[in-house]
Amino acid sequence: MPVLEARALTVSIPTEDGVVHAVQNVSFAIEAGELFGVAGESGSGKSVMMQAILGLLPNADISGQVLFEGQDLLQLPARALRQMRGARIGMIFQDPLSSLHPYYTIGSQITEAIQVHEKVSATAARARAVDMLAKVGIANASERFDSFPHQFSGGMRQRVMIAMALILNPALIIADEPTTALDVTVQAQIVALLDQMRREFGTTVVMITHDLGLLSSVADRIMVMYAGNRMEYGPAEPIFRAPAHPYTAGLLRSSPAHYAAGAEVIAIPGKPPSLLHKPAGCVFAPRCANAMPVCTTQHPPVRQFSDGVHTQCWLEATPAAPATRLAAEQGRGASDGAPVVLDISDIELSFTTGGVFGRTGKFQVLKGINLSVRRGETLGLVGESGCGKSTLARVIAGLIAPSSGTVVLDGIEMSSLDPAGWRETRKHVQLVFQDPFGSLNPRRRVGAIIGDPFRIHGVAKGAERKRRVQELMELVGLNPEHYNRFPSEFSGGQRQRIGIARALALNPGLIIFDEPVSALDVSIQAQILNLMRDLQQRLGLTYLFISHDLAVVRQVCDRIAVMDKGQIVELAAAEDIYTRPQHDYTRTLLAASVVPPRPEDHADRQLVETIQWVAA
Amino acid sequence: MIRFLAGRLAFAALILFALSTFVFVLFFVAPGDPARLVAGDKATETQLIQIRSNLGLDRPIHEQYLSFLGRAAQGDLGYSYRNQQPVLTLIANRLPATVSLVIGGVILWLSVGIPVGIMSARHPGGWRDRLGQGFILVGLSFPTFVLGMVSLYVFYFLPRQAGFTLFPAGGFKPFWPNPAIWAWHMALPWATVALTTAAVYARLTRGQMLEVMSEDYIRTARAKGVPEHKVVYKHGLRATLTPLVTQLGADIAFLLGGAIVIEQVYGLQGVGALAIQAVNNQDRPVIIGVVLLGGFFIVISNIVVDIIYSLLDPRVR
Repeated sequence: MPVLEARALTVSIPTEDGVVHAVQNVSFAIEAGELFGVAGESGSGKSVMMQAILGLLPNADISGQVLFEGQDLLQLPARALRQMRGARIGMIFQDPLSSLHPYYTIGSQITEAIQVHEKVSATAARARAVDMLAKVGIANASERFDSFPHQFSGGMRQRVMIAMALILNPALIIADEPTTALDVTVQAQIVALLDQMRREFGTTVVMITHDLGLLSSVADRIMVMYAGNRMEYGPAEPIFRAPAHPYTAGLLRSSPAHYAAGAEVIAIPGKPPSLLHKPAGCVFAPRCANAMPVCTTQHPPVRQFSDGVHTQCWLEATPAAPATRLAAEQGRGASDGAPVVLDISDIELSFTTGGVFGRTGKFQVLKGINLSVRRGETLGLVGESGCGKSTLARVIAGLIAPSSGTVVLDGIEMSSLDPAGWRETRKHVQLVFQDPFGSLNPRRRVGAIIGDPFRIHGVAKGAERKRRVQELMELVGLNPEHYNRFPSEFSGGQRQRIGIARALALNPGLIIFDEPVSALDVSIQAQILNLMRDLQQRLGLTYLFISHDLAVVRQVCDRIAVMDKGQIVELAAAEDIYTRPQHDYTRTLLAASVVPPRPEDHADRQLVETIQWVAA
Repeated sequence: MIRFLAGRLAFAALILFALSTFVFVLFFVAPGDPARLVAGDKATETQLIQIRSNLGLDRPIHEQYLSFLGRAAQGDLGYSYRNQQPVLTLIANRLPATVSLVIGGVILWLSVGIPVGIMSARHPGGWRDRLGQGFILVGLSFPTFVLGMVSLYVFYFLPRQAGFTLFPAGGFKPFWPNPAIWAWHMALPWATVALTTAAVYARLTRGQMLEVMSEDYIRTARAKGVPEHKVVYKHGLRATLTPLVTQLGADIAFLLGGAIVIEQVYGLQGVGALAIQAVNNQDRPVIIGVVLLGGFFIVISNIVVDIIYSLLDPRVR
């Protein structure tokens, strides 16, 4: 008997804009002891679905059946459902810092879970919590019991969350993006811990993630969701070997990790649909490489294949790979003779900590950094959070003054500049930021945002400025007619294009990209990376590309500098970093990045059954 | 912690010094002759000269200022021009009324404002929220003196016409020997000061609570199976306390410096009433004393709020 079984689960959420069809007619069964993966981009409905069945979304309209231990969770009274939460079903969330109460000790937050459900003494609860903390790998558990969440690192906090979820030995644990907010090297540890715990306690684990690569290594069975629909469902192994649904295949192929020299990554075109309207046909049809006429007019049926894989698709066989577009080789990779755009030497940066009345100390952020970038080159800067890579970007851009050392940009020494000269350097260096939502002023029109550099530097006015802004919009793949729209009317990927257009305006010698795709959906990332490379080839741009993700950097960079604790530990050609890493830290980073399997084009599977779609 | 406190206290002393200098200079350059106010309209020029000399007003300003500072450093704020009583004694006599008003008012406005705010925030958009918002709107838009007049009319004047005394018209009775009489006299002032301020606290609590209840750790608490009332009152309220403490510190300090309108309406002989009398009489030592008292309460409350903050929020410890 499955631990959790959903039948025709539909979740709708009424909002001011209309009803959001977050989950549409999704069925699945999770067997005892397995690790079940739910994959999908943001807005696919994966998190909403799990929170809705646990009664954590009071506003949602839910229909269908969700059977857990013989009871329909959707029929349970609120009180019974509450007693189920924590005791029989545990949850782990994405960001362990914001998910733990900042004002209570981690120990008291764990014992609270015990005492809500069981009558036990405080000492007994404490003993059990300490025991569990030790099991999830918290050293000195009995002392750390009284620590507050902010006194732990990200990975340790997630261990605390896991301990809290496991403390009452629930039958099922739902882990919602448990590693997304963590550093690459920590991610692998947390996944390993979850895997070890489910074997030790016999707990069934549902892992919700946007990262198919993560699931490929641990999941027994998976479900791929898109815009509230179950696109593909079945055993993990055959799906990862050769996905039966074009969406799954597209996701796997668009992973930047599948880098082949000279070839562009195959991006899924377009963007995820609005959930306010239910299309007549398949939700994925507008972006699908294999779409047929029927796909846009009729809702696809559920097809069941001989290897247990289910799809919601009109295709009767595994989709073939779309043709790879070859990227033009010229322009990529600067020759040694190209002029040096950026040259920084012996950059040191330290902050004094403590104040007038406290003890003073020195905190060194950057230690002896030397770098140079030649025209037309892309230099990657890779490291985990806190290694100083973004700070270095700010120093190069002149936003922070280094404690010592020199930054020479296009032959100009930055530290010797007066304010007017500093403003002039904006023409030479521009930044594109990680968060396309936070870095655009929501109350200004896109035309004004992109036109800012022209206005500030007095380059172009009036109709001339508008014409040049629209040229830029065209260049980065935005519709120039959207000149007067506000940032909120654009999707994440489009906003990042706005940021790139603004950076391009003054034709700067160097563009610094600070994690430009980290905040974007998987299917959008490849589009932006391809755009960046395309622009570089056409305009001969020079990039400094900052990322925590080696796989992303590999696709776009000529050389890569690996940073750790404020130092560059290794600097070499991109291929050498991957094939012949010299430094231990580089090897650790490489080992930690999970690469999703490259899908095969053909699979040995036959269509067994076709179930016609019945609208819920 | 001790270093921190020492630093803050030194800073507080600096603030008070600057404040006293400012007020001293202000009253020196302001028009008006304190001697004439003391002596009355019919005083002769000789009498005025005599009085000026007695008060030290005929000396150069820097001498007056230095002797003021020298005495203030020893805890002597001088004597009232009006009745020759020590300023400190005058203030000490007025403090019980003001402190009584503040203590009762704080308890009352917190116990009304916070629950109304929580009720509003727990049902955003619902009828309870609209009720709470209505209370906030009324409380915020009622001027204190109007509210005072209305409550005097309803709770004192009308019952008196009907032949009985529901509440007294005003005046202050000391807490000891009869606390009941004290509370009876303070009830209307408390209600008046509390209603307006309760609205402020309800609005603050509502806004803060709405924000906190959408935090991830609230979802975690629900996912653990914590009962809803505990989610709200333990996890939610705990996180809304910090901004409330900041507001409370400022409000208490402000009121302790003199609740002028309320004291006037209810005839309470508090610090606020003293301030008004002193200003009307150009009684410079008393004015400086009252201003310094207000400043003292504000700097002290800032220090206290900082200490409470560090107790409430483990992240700033």
